Amino acid sequence: MSEIENKAENGSTEIAGEGTAGEAKDDKGLGLGVIFFIIAFVACFLSGTLLFPKLLYSKKEQPFNFDHALHVGEAGDCETCHSLREDGSFTGIPKLATCLDCHTEEPLGETEDEAVFTEEYVAKEKEVPWLVYSRQPDCVFFSHVAHTQAGGMDCVSCHGHIGESTSSRPYEENRITGYSRDIWGQNIFGIKKNSWDRMKMDDCAKCHKKETGHQGYCFQCHK
Amino acid sequence: MKVDRRSFLGLGLGAAAGIAVSPIGMKLTDDSSIWTQNWPWTPVPVDGEVTYENSVCSLCPGSCGISVRKINNRPVKIEGLAGYPINDGGACLHGIAGLQYLYDPSRVKTPLKKNGDKFEEISWDDAIAIVAAKLADIRKSGSAEKLACIADKEQGSVSGLFKRLLKTFGSPNFYTMPGLESYLELTAETLHGEGQTIAFDLENASFVLSFGAGIIEGWGSPVNCFKANASRKERKAKLYQIEPRLSNTAANADKWIPVKPGTEADLALGICAVILENKLFDSPATSSFKGGLNKFGALLQKEYTPSKTAEITGVNASDIEKIATLFANAKMPLAVFGKGRGDGAQSLKELAAVHILNCLVGNINKKGGAFVQPKLKYLEFADESMDSIAENGFAKTKAAPYVNQLIEKVNESSQPVVEALFVYNANPCHSLHDAKKVKQALGKIPFVVSFSSFLDETAMEADIILPSHTFIERLEDVPSCAGLAKSVVGLTKPVVEPLFDTKNPGDAVILIAKALEGNIAQSFEWETYEECLEEVAAGIWDSLSEDGFAIISEEVPSESVPVNISLLANNPATVQAQGDFELTLIPIDNMRLISAGISVSPFAIKTVSDKVLKGKDIVVDINPLTASGLKDGGVAMLTTPIGTARVIVNFNEGIMPGIIGMVEGLGHTFDNKYVSNKGININALIGPVIESGSGLDAAFGIKAKISKA
Repeated sequence: MSEIENKAENGSTEIAGEGTAGEAKDDKGLGLGVIFFIIAFVACFLSGTLLFPKLLYSKKEQPFNFDHALHVGEAGDCETCHSLREDGSFTGIPKLATCLDCHTEEPLGETEDEAVFTEEYVAKEKEVPWLVYSRQPDCVFFSHVAHTQAGGMDCVSCHGHIGESTSSRPYEENRITGYSRDIWGQNIFGIKKNSWDRMKMDDCAKCHKKETGHQGYCFQCHK
Repeated sequence: MKVDRRSFLGLGLGAAAGIAVSPIGMKLTDDSSIWTQNWPWTPVPVDGEVTYENSVCSLCPGSCGISVRKINNRPVKIEGLAGYPINDGGACLHGIAGLQYLYDPSRVKTPLKKNGDKFEEISWDDAIAIVAAKLADIRKSGSAEKLACIADKEQGSVSGLFKRLLKTFGSPNFYTMPGLESYLELTAETLHGEGQTIAFDLENASFVLSFGAGIIEGWGSPVNCFKANASRKERKAKLYQIEPRLSNTAANADKWIPVKPGTEADLALGICAVILENKLFDSPATSSFKGGLNKFGALLQKEYTPSKTAEITGVNASDIEKIATLFANAKMPLAVFGKGRGDGAQSLKELAAVHILNCLVGNINKKGGAFVQPKLKYLEFADESMDSIAENGFAKTKAAPYVNQLIEKVNESSQPVVEALFVYNANPCHSLHDAKKVKQALGKIPFVVSFSSFLDETAMEADIILPSHTFIERLEDVPSCAGLAKSVVGLTKPVVEPLFDTKNPGDAVILIAKALEGNIAQSFEWETYEECLEEVAAGIWDSLSEDGFAIISEEVPSESVPVNISLLANNPATVQAQGDFELTLIPIDNMRLISAGISVSPFAIKTVSDKVLKGKDIVVDINPLTASGLKDGGVAMLTTPIGTARVIVNFNEGIMPGIIGMVEGLGHTFDNKYVSNKGININALIGPVIESGSGLDAAFGIKAKISKA
């Protein structure tokens, strides 16, 4: 046996010996590794779940508070202000002209918000730059009339109980897409309890499947 | 406890797994996909209330009804107006691109005054004051008749106001650009008497013999003609197209008859000769002919026998006889003049020779024939207040019968023929023959006022620009004057607030008149153009304002009209092309381009084929038999007696040998990156040839040579 082979044999024995001795050490190392793994896992998971949404969305305040409950009480149902045009298209958030059907240059109430509205917008004939919680990306075609009249759906199914709110909650804008948080929903996992909690394509498809038996084709909405 | 490599591995794996099961991944994927479908820098049309406003397009004499689609009161689209008596829902590519003119980069945004080589912005008050002061000086100096005006058309209240201003000022010098309207009137006046005009019932004719009329290339009222042509098969009507080049109309026709350019009149007379010789004419109709039918007959038998005509025109003698027989025997034959779009150069000989065919076969004022009727008269202006300067000046003879001769006279005379010139809705520096000379003439006129909405070639030559609203922004009556069987007056309405500090040209004229004071101001007592229009169009105002149009007549006229053939009986000379070169350059009208008045829109110019415009080079059609030494698709130099141009050669067997065809309407040079500096202006290569007698510019082309560059 050559010297080299001897060395190799000895070496291998040594290495094997070390290996046996190292197993006990490795167990400790592995234990530490597992701890690190768990710490990192939990930290990253929590950041992704709790911190990430805070970074992703910026909060913006509406120009002034709007009391839906008060308006519904005074004016009637949703359609009074959010009406359909003759051609079936939806007016969305009413223009100043619609507000002026009831409001005048004199404040109707004594709240600070009413004062802002009359001074900043009515007097200056400026449209109120409302931030729309439910605005969808422009690549989607959506017809309100098809859902509310032909489909017989009520507003709450998609918009929730916004009509009962007494103040405007902050608008959360996605920093990447520029769209409202309401589209994805408040739950960052996309889990929803109510039909109005999120309004993504899958939600449309699910409802369409349930109501019409088919989830619909791409071009029906992505024209 | 020792932190080793495995701990870090654990840390890394833990972080990766934590992120993987957290919502970050799916949320970012979703957001980035939304982001990439909605680039923040991509313009997104604003959503809003959709409304439609009806109006009338006045980009060409077609006068089609349009429906302007608006979102949040912003016009976004022009569509043809269904139910409109001229186009019934149809629209051409220029009409649908009409909104581009609103935002045209060459729009004049405020009144301008020339200072040296540059324009400076001035206020409307200053601009009107300068114009009024200059005109008052001219009037005071005793040369009131030296105020001239070039407009696009005779009809309409805005032209009416210009004429009224000139008359009360003391000038008879109102000119219109060459157009189908003036050719129809001149032909009617020559053959049927004063105050008449001609319309063609293309929708009902059973056999249309078109002498080069580009029925689907923008002739007359384009959409109406397209529809009439489209219904031809259903109606079993025939179309024979006579022209030197296989145009779209010729390709669509039942027969294409190639004819040597400039000999169309001779061919028409040759057909007349066959009709007379073979007694195919309508005897009751011809019995009332005045002006020497026998003399005319004798002339035809001598000069225009089929064989002689064949020699002149290049059309077979047998074909001439066949065409004449088919035409005369057709139930509702109709001969149509006006080459191309109908607004190019024409000779009165040709106009009369073609129309006399209609008279010979007796289809005047019959369904499917030619309608000879009084000129459209729906405007009632109150009598002008005339002082002695106005009376004397207006009674003087016009400086020239037509605009081409006026330009020639201004250039030749050492004394100023015109002291001040108004230009409205016209671009003579681009659309008249020998554009360079026209520019030179405008340079010689001491004071030029342009009413253009755009800083085009002519506006560039002006001393003052009083910018007009575009047709999207203004009110105006729009009479149909394109040879339509129906007489309709439409109302162009402002569908959007003016974008810039411009005015309705009618208001600008009223302001100038008021500033001139005296009898002129007294003749313009309206506060606004709107008030004026309502008053002068009172007879049809109710239907104009309520329906957007008024039908003046749609029935076949019942009157029999006299026919005087003395012009033709006296054998007028045929106009020859200028120059001694072997080939002949002729203009081609293309539906996708505009050759008169306004320039083509950015959208329309993009639709032009690369057999017409390749990059920035113009393409000319030439028959391979004539193209010795040239290469298909190669660059060549085209030379005419008045200019030279670099062109690309397109071998086309659909053009007669010996002819070079070049499209009209390109080669603009004003500041508009979308349409300018593309191709060349054919009017810079063709000079005017004045027809003796009529005074019309009848240059159907020019002699040319072409050689490899």
